Amino acid sequence: MEDSQFLEFVIGRYNYWLVIVLMMVGLYVVVARGNLVKKLVGLNIFQVSVFLFYISVGKVAGGTAPIYVDDPNALYSNPLPHVLILTAIVVGVATLAVGLSLVIRIQRAYGTVEEDDIQIADAGRDASPRAGGASGSSAPTIGGSA
Amino acid sequence: MNAIIIDLVLFTLLAAVAIQIVRLNHLFVVTMLSGVFSLLTAGLFITMDAPDVAFTEAAVGAGISTVLMLGTLALTAHSQKTTKGTQTVPLLVVIATGMALIYSTFDMPAFGDPEAPSHVHVGPFYIEETPELIDVPNIVTAVLASYRGFDTLGEVVVVFMAGVGVLALLGHKPIRRAVEARAQPANRREEDA
Repeated sequence: MEDSQFLEFVIGRYNYWLVIVLMMVGLYVVVARGNLVKKLVGLNIFQVSVFLFYISVGKVAGGTAPIYVDDPNALYSNPLPHVLILTAIVVGVATLAVGLSLVIRIQRAYGTVEEDDIQIADAGRDASPRAGGASGSSAPTIGGSA
Repeated sequence: MNAIIIDLVLFTLLAAVAIQIVRLNHLFVVTMLSGVFSLLTAGLFITMDAPDVAFTEAAVGAGISTVLMLGTLALTAHSQKTTKGTQTVPLLVVIATGMALIYSTFDMPAFGDPEAPSHVHVGPFYIEETPELIDVPNIVTAVLASYRGFDTLGEVVVVFMAGVGVLALLGHKPIRRAVEARAQPANRREEDA
């Protein structure tokens, strides 16, 4: 009896746990890896895991996709999380595009997309303000030609 | 039982892909794996009754995101600096956060429970009333384009703002010229003058 209850508990929640594991892998990439493109990939993993979590919440056991079928007794999964996540996917790719273009600008200004190299460059600039002039001049170039 | 097995297989593949993304330094491979990750997720969405989300994830997550990242790789570095294996502090933080989240799932309704609060509150309204009010067979489409039409319009504005943001950050001059300008700082000065 105890065993079957425990099994039911696990089967009812393993989906959430696996999603959380994926989420934490994404978080680890964001925190522990210095390359900015890799950080964005990590954010992407985290984001997709959140989507999976929402869709898991919307699932009804024995249900079908929320598209009407002829059977009047049909059980449908909850359509509202699906709508939220549809919006979130599109907004997610929009923010990813902005993030990646920031990475490209950082590459143009610093010549690197590694976090620690950028911090070293920034530290050097603070020590001697004139040193920042060369990389700073790339901003007017783009602004001027646009 | 079949559903659980398919679920577990897809989740195992997802975990394998995610771990490879953590380990590998070659960013081209990482980008491709991120596309694979999105596609596997689309498969999981299908098993969880969300075909609309699966289509979008496969097209946008696996397609457009990958193209955007490849474009970025073409303009930046192709591989990251070799990382020094596992880092202890981030690992501990991540494990602690994961434990806290897992602890919080103990109070959640079971996966697929039809009596869960999210299924008995406003959800049934849309399932019952959509044939009368909107008359579209796909409830997700009805909610997205009709009940929440203005919200979707707002989403279009967000995408537009992102496009404007990208243009403002990168300028609109052709990439080849931008790359040349970066390679020869002397030319850059001339352009300014």
